[in-house]
Amino acid sequence: MEDLGRLIKTHPFFADLAPDHLQLVVGCATNRRLGAGQMLFQEGASADHFFLLREGRVALELNVPQRGPFVFETIDDDEVLGWSWLMPPYRWHFDARAITPLRYFAFDAKCLRGKMEADHELGYALMQHFLPVIVDRLQATRVRMLDLFGATPGAGPGHV
Amino acid sequence: MSEAPGACAPPLLPEAWTLRSRRDDTADTFTLVLERDGGTAFRFAPGQFNMLYAPGVGEMAISISGDPADGTTLTHTIRAVGAGTRALRQRVPGTQIGLRGPFGTGWPMARAVERHVVLVAGGIGLAPLRPAVLALAAAAEARAAAGLTTALYCGARTPADLLYADELAAWARLPGFSVRVTVDQAGADWQGSVGLVTGLMKALPGDPARTLAMTCGPEVMMRVVATRLVTLGLDESSIHLSAERNMKCAVGSCGHCQYGPLFVCRDGPVLPYPRLAPLLRVREI
Amino acid sequence: MTHRAALHLPASRLDDLFVALRGEGYTVVGPTVRDGAVVYDELDSAAELPKGWTARQSPGQYRLERSGDDAYFGYVLGPQAWKKYLFPPRHRLWSAKIADGRFEVAAGAPEAPRHAFLGVRACELKAIETQDKVFLREPAPDGVYAARRAAALVIVVQCTRAASTCFCTSMNAGPRADAGFDLALTEVLDDDAHYFVVVAGSARGAAVVEALALRAASAAECAAATAAEAQAIAQIERRLDTAGLKEKLQSQPEHPNWAALAERCLGCANCTLVCPTCFCNTTEDTTDLTGEHAERWRRMDSCFTFDFSYLHGGSVRQSTAARYRHWLTHKLAGWWDQFGQSGCVGCGRCVSWCPVGIDITEEAKKF
Repeated sequence: MEDLGRLIKTHPFFADLAPDHLQLVVGCATNRRLGAGQMLFQEGASADHFFLLREGRVALELNVPQRGPFVFETIDDDEVLGWSWLMPPYRWHFDARAITPLRYFAFDAKCLRGKMEADHELGYALMQHFLPVIVDRLQATRVRMLDLFGATPGAGPGHV
Repeated sequence: MSEAPGACAPPLLPEAWTLRSRRDDTADTFTLVLERDGGTAFRFAPGQFNMLYAPGVGEMAISISGDPADGTTLTHTIRAVGAGTRALRQRVPGTQIGLRGPFGTGWPMARAVERHVVLVAGGIGLAPLRPAVLALAAAAEARAAAGLTTALYCGARTPADLLYADELAAWARLPGFSVRVTVDQAGADWQGSVGLVTGLMKALPGDPARTLAMTCGPEVMMRVVATRLVTLGLDESSIHLSAERNMKCAVGSCGHCQYGPLFVCRDGPVLPYPRLAPLLRVREI
Repeated sequence: MTHRAALHLPASRLDDLFVALRGEGYTVVGPTVRDGAVVYDELDSAAELPKGWTARQSPGQYRLERSGDDAYFGYVLGPQAWKKYLFPPRHRLWSAKIADGRFEVAAGAPEAPRHAFLGVRACELKAIETQDKVFLREPAPDGVYAARRAAALVIVVQCTRAASTCFCTSMNAGPRADAGFDLALTEVLDDDAHYFVVVAGSARGAAVVEALALRAASAAECAAATAAEAQAIAQIERRLDTAGLKEKLQSQPEHPNWAALAERCLGCANCTLVCPTCFCNTTEDTTDLTGEHAERWRRMDSCFTFDFSYLHGGSVRQSTAARYRHWLTHKLAGWWDQFGQSGCVGCGRCVSWCPVGIDITEEAKKF
């Protein structure tokens, strides 16, 4: 448990989390591995965890009938993945597939949600950690909607 | 009124260059290698552009994407977007193309060689950065020995649209070099990153006071890249962008390339971020 | 510039000036009345000058009318500038032969017609010198412009009258020209006499005057000339307040007045056509049907055209507001950054010839 605590503390996402909050978070954590090509989670399934990647790359994809999986983002080492656990209905919105062999921490959502309800300070601290990541990814996605590298720059997707 | 030919000399008069080779890079991008008749050396600074004339069709501003150390041939990677560029794509090796240049300001290479360099390219924006990368590659050993790094970040629409894929791999192996690539969208067979190029930029390579950044791509991309670099701690004056505007004369006397008070053909295309930042914020300027 | 003595030329001998100019190999270009305005054209004699004519001007209005006297140069500025003789509205830059995948360009010698510009006003001279900043700029002075500029003989006629649209005094551009001319004439017309006080401003000007064998102007005649010039200054009504104007225009690209102007501006480009400093031009590549003969032409252009700022995917400045903002900001502010001076000489043509009467001296106050 202490080893896990030390590893999680050094992960960039939690680097500045207060020691007592870190203790609470570590209590819900497990250290895991996944092979290349295996699914981390699937669209519609219960979002029972969030993940901190230690090493490896995950493809976030949506399956499009007749076209196959459309990878709209990849998540790399040292990044955080998953915020559907934070709000009802606690279900994943897309598929996540390990592109390379993956080593990661998984944090039990029910465990953490319980602790956040009991300790709002912990809840606030975790929200403060997740929000910048969500905003950053949302903003990047908005820019990508412009399809700047398309035939007519900035005209958006679907423009000939 | 005036029918008879007026005075015309370089830089308004094009020179005939011979097309040595043409290569298709992606669905809409191709590379031309030109050589000068008479073989006299042509010197340019990384970041500069030429006006290429497709005989009988028209003239367009194209960044030079070749090795600045090579004085005998000129390389241009071109995206076919209109009649002129499509006409260039149809030229057969051995035929001639008109050329005027080089024009404009180049990347700040003298400062770059003694600093950590961050290069961020989007789409065809890698073409005008390539001469800078080649110059830094030539100095890789010496720079690495001095503890200086070169980080190249490339964004493209899909994996099939990435330019110079073989060279990217070769550059990644140079001492002190890192090359990170990302695309907007991919299928399941792509092992690389998918996302906006700023997503690759987690931290500056070293002391911000000893770091210089160069970026080229669609204007929106350059804006977000510059913002990200500043957020990471880089001083605005260490960031350089390559601007683009309608070009006709390329010598600052026709007025077309004006970007606010700047003539992109003379004051640019490479411009320091502080000079461009107030203009980037204004719509339709 | 050598200072020469003031000489006296009786109005009755004005044709002798034409003869002298032709004797020096010049074609005289000067003002004449045509199509309800005073325009510039090649002139054969003083009879073609707009003697007795002037114009009433106001925003969006130009009305030719009789001045009530016999002054040759009593007219006020017409719509045309001398720029059409220095940078022809359409001219060929080069031609090329295309065959077997090769092409050969031929440029030809510069055309340098020896024009004598008769009737250049102070603001127009300043405008020519302003265009010099663009077209004679290092490292590549323009061959077409340079040849014509060097060949042209500039004969200033000092203003003795101002139109209500003139504001040269605000732009340090007149109404009196002190230097930069080959000859300067001031017309004096009073009850007893009609003459010109003539000053040579260069060796070329002196050479023309020598053929005329003029006597020196008397002190009284010089005083009368000065008084006539003072009249022009006194008649200036319009002012452009340039204090802080550059900063006001460049720092307020979203000012509501740009939208207000866009409601009125037709995008007709008249202002750029009549403005003596507007220099924007474009190139056109053409070929004949066989594809064996290609040419590049250059022609005057206007930033008001929709595709002036075209970049693959669309024009950068699509709205009228953006295009108007670009023109005015460039003229009154951007020019300072680019060339160290204002682009405006206060000739007032844009005020008269704007079909909707936009007055830039009024608009400047709104920022």
